[in-house]
Amino acid sequence: MRIGTPKELFKGENRVAMTPDSAKLLQKLGHDCVIETKAGLAAGFSDKDYKEAGVEVVKTAAALWKTADVVAKVRQPEEAELKRLRDGQTLISFFNPAANEAGMAAAKAKGTTVVAMEMVPRISRAQKMDALSSMANIAGYRAVIEAGNNFGRFFTGQVTAAGKVPPAKVLVVGAGVAGLAAIGTATSLGAITYAFDVRPEVAEQVESMGAEFVFLDFDEDQADGAATGGYAAVSSPEFREAQLAKFLEIAPEIDIVITTALIPNREAPELWTEDMVKAMKSGSVIIDLAAEKGGNCKLTVMDEKIVTDNGVTIVGYTDFPSRMAAQASTLYSNNIRHMLADLTPEKDGVIVHNMEDDVIRGATVTHAHEITFPPPPPKIQAIAAKPVEKVPEKTPEEKAAIEAAAMAKAGRQQTILLVCGGLLMLLIGAYAPPAFMQHFIVFVLSIFVGFQVIWGVAHSLHTPLMAITNAISGIIILGALLQLGSGSAIVTILAGVSVLIATINIVGGFMVTRRMLQMFQKS
Amino acid sequence: MFSSDILTAEVQTAAYIAASVLFILALGGLKNQESAKRSVWFGIIGMAIAIVATIFGPGVAITAPLMISLVIGAGVGVVVAQKVEMTGMPQLVAALHSFVGLAAVLIGLNSDATVHEFASHAEQVIHEVEIFLGVFIGAITFTGSIIAYGKLAGKINGKALILPGRHMWNALMMVATIVLLVMYVQGAGSWTLYVMTVIAFVVGAHLVMAIGGADMPVVVSMLNSYSGWAAAATGFLLGNDLLIVVGALVGSSGAILSYIMCKAMNRAFISVILGGFGGPSGPQMEVEGEQIAIDADGVAAALDDADSVVIVPGYGMAVAQAQQSVSELIQRLRGKGKNVRFAIHPVAGRLPGHMNVLLAEAKVPYDIVLEMDEINDDFPETDVVMIIGSNDIVNPAAQDDPNSPIAGMPVLEVWKAKQVFVSKRGQGTGYSGIENPLFYKDNTRMFYGDAKDSVNELLKRIS
Repeated sequence: MRIGTPKELFKGENRVAMTPDSAKLLQKLGHDCVIETKAGLAAGFSDKDYKEAGVEVVKTAAALWKTADVVAKVRQPEEAELKRLRDGQTLISFFNPAANEAGMAAAKAKGTTVVAMEMVPRISRAQKMDALSSMANIAGYRAVIEAGNNFGRFFTGQVTAAGKVPPAKVLVVGAGVAGLAAIGTATSLGAITYAFDVRPEVAEQVESMGAEFVFLDFDEDQADGAATGGYAAVSSPEFREAQLAKFLEIAPEIDIVITTALIPNREAPELWTEDMVKAMKSGSVIIDLAAEKGGNCKLTVMDEKIVTDNGVTIVGYTDFPSRMAAQASTLYSNNIRHMLADLTPEKDGVIVHNMEDDVIRGATVTHAHEITFPPPPPKIQAIAAKPVEKVPEKTPEEKAAIEAAAMAKAGRQQTILLVCGGLLMLLIGAYAPPAFMQHFIVFVLSIFVGFQVIWGVAHSLHTPLMAITNAISGIIILGALLQLGSGSAIVTILAGVSVLIATINIVGGFMVTRRMLQMFQKS
Repeated sequence: MFSSDILTAEVQTAAYIAASVLFILALGGLKNQESAKRSVWFGIIGMAIAIVATIFGPGVAITAPLMISLVIGAGVGVVVAQKVEMTGMPQLVAALHSFVGLAAVLIGLNSDATVHEFASHAEQVIHEVEIFLGVFIGAITFTGSIIAYGKLAGKINGKALILPGRHMWNALMMVATIVLLVMYVQGAGSWTLYVMTVIAFVVGAHLVMAIGGADMPVVVSMLNSYSGWAAAATGFLLGNDLLIVVGALVGSSGAILSYIMCKAMNRAFISVILGGFGGPSGPQMEVEGEQIAIDADGVAAALDDADSVVIVPGYGMAVAQAQQSVSELIQRLRGKGKNVRFAIHPVAGRLPGHMNVLLAEAKVPYDIVLEMDEINDDFPETDVVMIIGSNDIVNPAAQDDPNSPIAGMPVLEVWKAKQVFVSKRGQGTGYSGIENPLFYKDNTRMFYGDAKDSVNELLKRIS
């Protein structure tokens, strides 16, 4: 099949859905690659780079759409592009199907199969093609860099000859992929980072990235993210109130706020109110990653940077991934490539659109003149996010009590054993003749010696131990020797056989033990 | 035939004391690898002293049958010891156990056939009980070991054979044995002893037939213990203290090994001996996800990138005879300055310490071969864990799923490492038939194929 990538039409979009590297790997799957001229230029990939990677460069978008069996692009297709769709073609792109009735209708009418990258289910197997996550990761990183660009101080605290610099305090609201990336970046720049999320189960992830989780004094059972495909759900009014009160309380101390809270297919929730903005110090920065969906702060203006009356900068850019086009294109083209790898199960360049496959089914929004959106819920639950049951830490007193109980139990058992053993000895002693008792003493003491000695044997030498005990249990030869000369012919024969096999044991056992022990060598 | 009573009974006893001490030193020396090499000699010298003192002591004549038996036995022993493959050690050990058992049976029967004078009735009863016990334990050891040998050598199906009503059969045979013992002591004649011998043969065989696969380390150490008790019983029968001492040493050694093995599988000794593997006690956890395969290129690349590697070998490595290739692989990895270690679970393989011997044979230095307790805490800092032919001993269900048949068994926590590769023949479950959730974890990749071929593929890619 021919995989083609056109130049993005959306203004300011620098990303490209195919890189020279991804094209090489696509060719390994048996596909041919085509690209519109200058499509990769904004992301730093020249036509020459593509040609060297074996990609055919075509002059116009029209030619590309005509020749390509599969079109891979970044942005949701524009009007002009929808007109170019044709029957049997596959389009792999962001598609925003929830708010793109027109686009789906056009694709349905033309008979194009559309794979919407944002619809890839959030299951472990599909992580490699989860473009939302890979783009969110970049957005989170870039958000911190953008904040630093507009923030007049260091992130990290320093004590210099010229004076002491306090560290910046960063609050990240929403600990999804973007939030976690932002936390990681802010922490590594040296800021004191706080983070909040409505899903308490992510507290562990937040703490693992080096931030402090902001807990609310709130008891209601909070929604478990795993039930909603790993995304946040709408929270109750009481919860919201507690959350806003907490934010207002900490707002004066915070220098940088990065909000990333999005609920699928809804307006972004308002989390950072005007009151909070007013409470912040002059020079503080707010980066609103939800600007495209109305913003987590109502003062945010989409695609613009504004400064409020009290000197707080609010950045509402929506093109963070595009601002790092080289990185974003690399990751996105890999997502596309993984999707195509799943669509090409035999690696023979033939696309098999398997609607039984959870991932492919989930991402496909139109197929064979049908709209297949929304998909059925995935068969596998999103994230293994079982609430961790905390085992209450035992106090030293409790531990001591448990140990004492164990000791007492062991002591009791030992006493019972000794008493029983003693009674048994008495019983035997009462009846057995003296000669037997002498042997019996030897027997019991030998068992004790054996127990003491064997406990000290190294685990790694257990096989040699068995071999050597085998050898020395050949001592039974003594019995056979004593019988050999006495009694009838049959006794002699049996005794002879016993001597023979006991000798095998002795010689074989010792030799094999030696052989094994010689092999053990220190490095 | 000439008399060889050169030594008096007292000198003989002194020699026996020396031999006992030397045997204890021989076992004690196994506490580490270096002293072990010396301690074998203690055992050999002790044995030589004991045999010489007996032959030249009172009551033994040097005869043609004696010499012939000694020479043939020694010859066979030498050949066997030199020929045996290290992977074949379990079979050899089991076979040697059966010899001790058979010798005990023969000596007991002989003693019955010889006329004795007794000072009192009590002494006669004791003597007869000793014969009976010696033969009983010896016979169980003999057939049990033969079956164990057959299973380990692959001559008999390794699966547990569960007969209907097997506990009832065992109980019936035990009752019959006790009845026969009473009759024998009452003077019913030698036939009771012979019937009992046959019954004991059946008990031994039946007992071991019912125990399968991964429980074999326990069986072998249990038979090791029995062979000791058989020798001790023979010692009582003959009034020979050296036999009693050695029998008790070997018996307690086997008992401790059995205990250690049972503990490593979190199972009660009785339940292992009674055979069969307990079914699940409730619904087992569903395993979600899929097993993701990987090819040799991927594994080689990951090994190349890793700084610390832990290899977990199991019975599969022994079956595929992959230890030499594995050794070669770790030599190359160590040559690149990587920290490579082995993690050995106590019940890996079919014999206590089986893996250690195999790795030693392949010239893997023993100081990088670690026990479970020594290495379990290191897994979170490990880059790559490579599992070669083991399954149940790395099964996280033992910790996570209280309904799993192996719940509570101590396991190697390999899933805590950054990346886990499992070299395995195919997608089947292990010996115990338990699904292993490890294979479905995100950081696990399945490297299918014969262990030896797989490792050789890696060798081609790692120089």
